[in-house]
Amino acid sequence: MKLYNGGKIIAGIVVFLIVATFPFWYGRGKAVSPPDLKLDTPAIQRLKEKRCVETAPFMRSNHMKLLGAWREGAVREGIRSYTAADGQVFQVSLTGTCLECHSNKKQFCDRCHDYSGAKPACWSCHIIPEEVR
Amino acid sequence: MAPTRREFIKIAGFSAVGLILPSLPLLSQAQAGTPAAGSVSPAAPGVLPALKAKRWAMTVEPRKCRPDCTDCITACHLEHNVPDFGNPKDDVHWISLERVEHIFPAEAHPRLPESITKLPVPVLCNHCENPPCVRVCPTQATFKRADGIVMMDYHRCIGCRFCMAACPYGSRSMNYRDPRPFIRKINPAFPTRTKGVVEKCNFCEERLARGILPACVIACKDKALAFGDLEDPRSDVRLILDKGLSLRRRPELGTGPQVYYIL
Repeated sequence: MKLYNGGKIIAGIVVFLIVATFPFWYGRGKAVSPPDLKLDTPAIQRLKEKRCVETAPFMRSNHMKLLGAWREGAVREGIRSYTAADGQVFQVSLTGTCLECHSNKKQFCDRCHDYSGAKPACWSCHIIPEEVR
Repeated sequence: MAPTRREFIKIAGFSAVGLILPSLPLLSQAQAGTPAAGSVSPAAPGVLPALKAKRWAMTVEPRKCRPDCTDCITACHLEHNVPDFGNPKDDVHWISLERVEHIFPAEAHPRLPESITKLPVPVLCNHCENPPCVRVCPTQATFKRADGIVMMDYHRCIGCRFCMAACPYGSRSMNYRDPRPFIRKINPAFPTRTKGVVEKCNFCEERLARGILPACVIACKDKALAFGDLEDPRSDVRLILDKGLSLRRRPELGTGPQVYYIL
């Protein structure tokens, strides 16, 4: 079998492989440290038991599902309170309940969302109390 | 030696089973996911009990209105972060004032007294019994609740404006631009809308859930607006309706509007 223009083709493949794998070998060994989330808002410091609606590991992995369930429930079924696993009752409200404690959206929500490349559309409608004129 | 046909099918079958097996425990985890952590109950904590009804309705008595009064509009639009684009083409309104000849075209005639023709009449979403906007909405962003409120789930609105074409009352408005900069004063308790979303009156569903009557009804000092349960014979709306003749906008269309006008 004869390879026509072999030099150009092989050079092209080498260039392609270098470009395609660039992010992998360029970023090798340079681990980006996970974001440092600030949990020291006044509302959280006032809490006796430092606990979110559910436990921290549950919230970390499931807050988006929980918020989705809250949204569907509140808007479509009119369910406006949430009983947590430990029996505590919370008002279903993003601005009212979540941002009441996490009043530092920039140091809390945004840091992790930026790190993981998540772009939730919540804030195009829901209001961030600290930003209201 | 190449595998025989029989051997090849066997290998393919085992590979397919092997691909599916590892994902099975994940599936069962996903099903037992979020809702297992807690349950939801209808009563909100620490507030008035929610106002409930079988069929919410409103009566409007425009003859009680003071001239040039816009209290109901101001209260509603402040409460719900309704933008003012300052241009009638892009106008967004949940409640507005209209002339009798425009809202009751069948009843209007040239011999109507000036006290009627010049009368500004508050108009809002009629929360129809048979809402055409709900029927045409392709995403079910607009839906009718059991208590008769025709509501919008702004999360689902794709801005197709079928509902605006279907609504015979012009009760719906489109946000052709980002409304945030055009809101005079933002009420943090209620979300704004975003560009490309249709909005309309929600009978103050969020206030009813907190046990408060709609903003326009509370704001009206002349008691021209009344709100209540149509199925309750002692409700404000029924007491007013029982007094005499009331009109609904374009009832011949079969939409079953639930805002009643006493002229």
